[in-house]
Amino acid sequence: MKADPKAVISGTYFMDGNHACCEGAIAAGCRFVAGYPITPSTEVVERFAERIPVAGGLFVQMEDELASSIMIQGAAWAGVKAMTVTSGPGFSLMQEHIGLAAMTETPCVFVDVQRAGPSTGLPTLPAQADMMQARWGSHGDYEIIAISPSSPQECFDMMITAFNLAEKYRVPVMFMMDELIGHMTEKVIIPDADEIELVQRRWTKKKPEEYLPYEPEPDGIPDMIKAGDGYYIHTTGLTHDERGYPVITPQMQEEQVGRIVRKIRDHSEDIYQYETEDIEDAEAVVISYGITSRVAREAVRLAREQGIKVGHIRLIVTWPFPEPLIRELSQRVRSFVVAEINYGQMVLEVERSACGKARVLFCGQGGGEVHAPEQILEKILELKR
Amino acid sequence: MTRKRKIASGQDHPLSYLLRMDRIPHIWCQGCGIGTSVNTLLRALDESDLDMKKTAVVSGIGCTGRAAGYIRLDSFHTTHGRAIPFAAGMKLANPDLDLIVFSGDGDLIAIGGNHLIHAARRNLDMLVVCVNNFNYGMTGGQLGPTTPLTAKLTTAPYGSWDEPFNLPHLLKSSGAVFVARWTPYHVRQLKKCFSTALKKKGFRFVEIVSICPVFYERRNRLGDALTRMRFFKEHCKINHNADTEKTGIKFQKNIVLGNFVDRERPTFLEAYDNQMRAALGDDYVPYQGKQWA
Repeated sequence: MKADPKAVISGTYFMDGNHACCEGAIAAGCRFVAGYPITPSTEVVERFAERIPVAGGLFVQMEDELASSIMIQGAAWAGVKAMTVTSGPGFSLMQEHIGLAAMTETPCVFVDVQRAGPSTGLPTLPAQADMMQARWGSHGDYEIIAISPSSPQECFDMMITAFNLAEKYRVPVMFMMDELIGHMTEKVIIPDADEIELVQRRWTKKKPEEYLPYEPEPDGIPDMIKAGDGYYIHTTGLTHDERGYPVITPQMQEEQVGRIVRKIRDHSEDIYQYETEDIEDAEAVVISYGITSRVAREAVRLAREQGIKVGHIRLIVTWPFPEPLIRELSQRVRSFVVAEINYGQMVLEVERSACGKARVLFCGQGGGEVHAPEQILEKILELKR
Repeated sequence: MTRKRKIASGQDHPLSYLLRMDRIPHIWCQGCGIGTSVNTLLRALDESDLDMKKTAVVSGIGCTGRAAGYIRLDSFHTTHGRAIPFAAGMKLANPDLDLIVFSGDGDLIAIGGNHLIHAARRNLDMLVVCVNNFNYGMTGGQLGPTTPLTAKLTTAPYGSWDEPFNLPHLLKSSGAVFVARWTPYHVRQLKKCFSTALKKKGFRFVEIVSICPVFYERRNRLGDALTRMRFFKEHCKINHNADTEKTGIKFQKNIVLGNFVDRERPTFLEAYDNQMRAALGDDYVPYQGKQWA
């Protein structure tokens, strides 16, 4: 189905990433946002507060991030597309509810405009240090999808993807922006509504007496209902059977929690999104995502000028991590350089996927600023030594 | 209003259509007050004009939090303390739904206390039923924010020194439009109270001073559930006009019961609607709670 023409503000804008993220969500069909102000994400909810009353939606500023992150799940079960927006400290508070959304298979989107931590850290400066938290932050084992936009345009475009993936796989999607992407102003083109393809929630066609809320369809994902439809469903964060009833056994854990893990792993090829540049003849490949990829691209250009055969991979979907791509490349390239604003997070995935077949160099920093292209270039040159 | 009551069969309990009979027996201990509390609520629902298809129940974590798992409505067992914001999300996303939050004192008052007072302040439209058994039953009888002074529990083995909340006063001060307190002994009054509360809009709060015979009563040597019921019979004073400053519960002293607060003010959505209409005029697109997808 297509986006709502009354809500999409088609045109060309000079807009920052936080505002573009909000417009992307509205275009994606999100009409319910709960949030709590936190730097550097606040402009997202400010724009929602202004835009949503004229777009037929609702923004609710909650008492904290715990409330925001579970309110959107109540809203999702009542039938709407919903999301919340935060930054590091709030993202930490939301972790329990990311687990609830994974366990109850509730489609929703969490936006994290990353700042440097730990704790209060550098509230007004960028980092990419919540990447592992996005993947593993809630207790127990589960899978999520994470997206790392690298421009305001991509904040708009990928929000639509985020909602589409959340609906398609009934999974919480993490939208991993950072302070610089959030506050960077660039050209953003918002297409016509009829050019925006939306994934509709998979409403069941079964009658109430036939329907089980956690009975998977052949693709491993159960169809959904909304409260008030007369299905009298039950959901719980406890390990549950196909009826949604608690069953506290290792067998049910394997059957149902195993399924919510496999439904993402089995569809990874459908979820991966990345850009490659100059990797055909590359001896070395720089891997980056988000804001850092903009610098990495320049470093690759400088290296090419020096005659070094280096390519670039920009991860757009960061979780699930494109392990097969790195594994395949590790057979033919000598080395990888992983650039990110943290002390070593996604680099661990690259090392794991490369399986020792190619050298992996880490180009990181603690946060507060982006790399200079020369920092990444230096790592590329190190590979030649 | 049509109800699928199956009394004629002679087999089913008249309320079985509101229960997930395939989940019975429940986990609650013999003599526990939660069963009576659920029973009374279901009786009030049965007699109400509410559309059961559009009525949902949300619980948090704990013994009382298991109620959602037994009630055959759309029912949601959420995280510890967060039933209220989950229910609020449902209500705001689809205003046609009627929301009941059914949970315990540890869940709603301790870990969920912040959500409780803010939901009351905003007059979010839901009925909150708090079964107050003075302790954390699911984890084996620990001190809670409602434990009366000097009562003993596993984490207060020498008696509590920790001042408890006076719930009716807390909720009245926070802005709830309906505030009541009853016990599982007072089932008729409680059912009537539920019936009144179910007809109202806005944030409604019913405290049920309950019984936890295996932890609270036993550790404090207060006798079995029947003894406790007798205590409620003899030591509860009904006073609807009580000053809520004086409704705090003291260990083994008289308990004031009643429907203390019954007032009107705009709900969160009504206030939102009024403000947006005033500010935006024709540009305002009233929230329909429908997803564009």
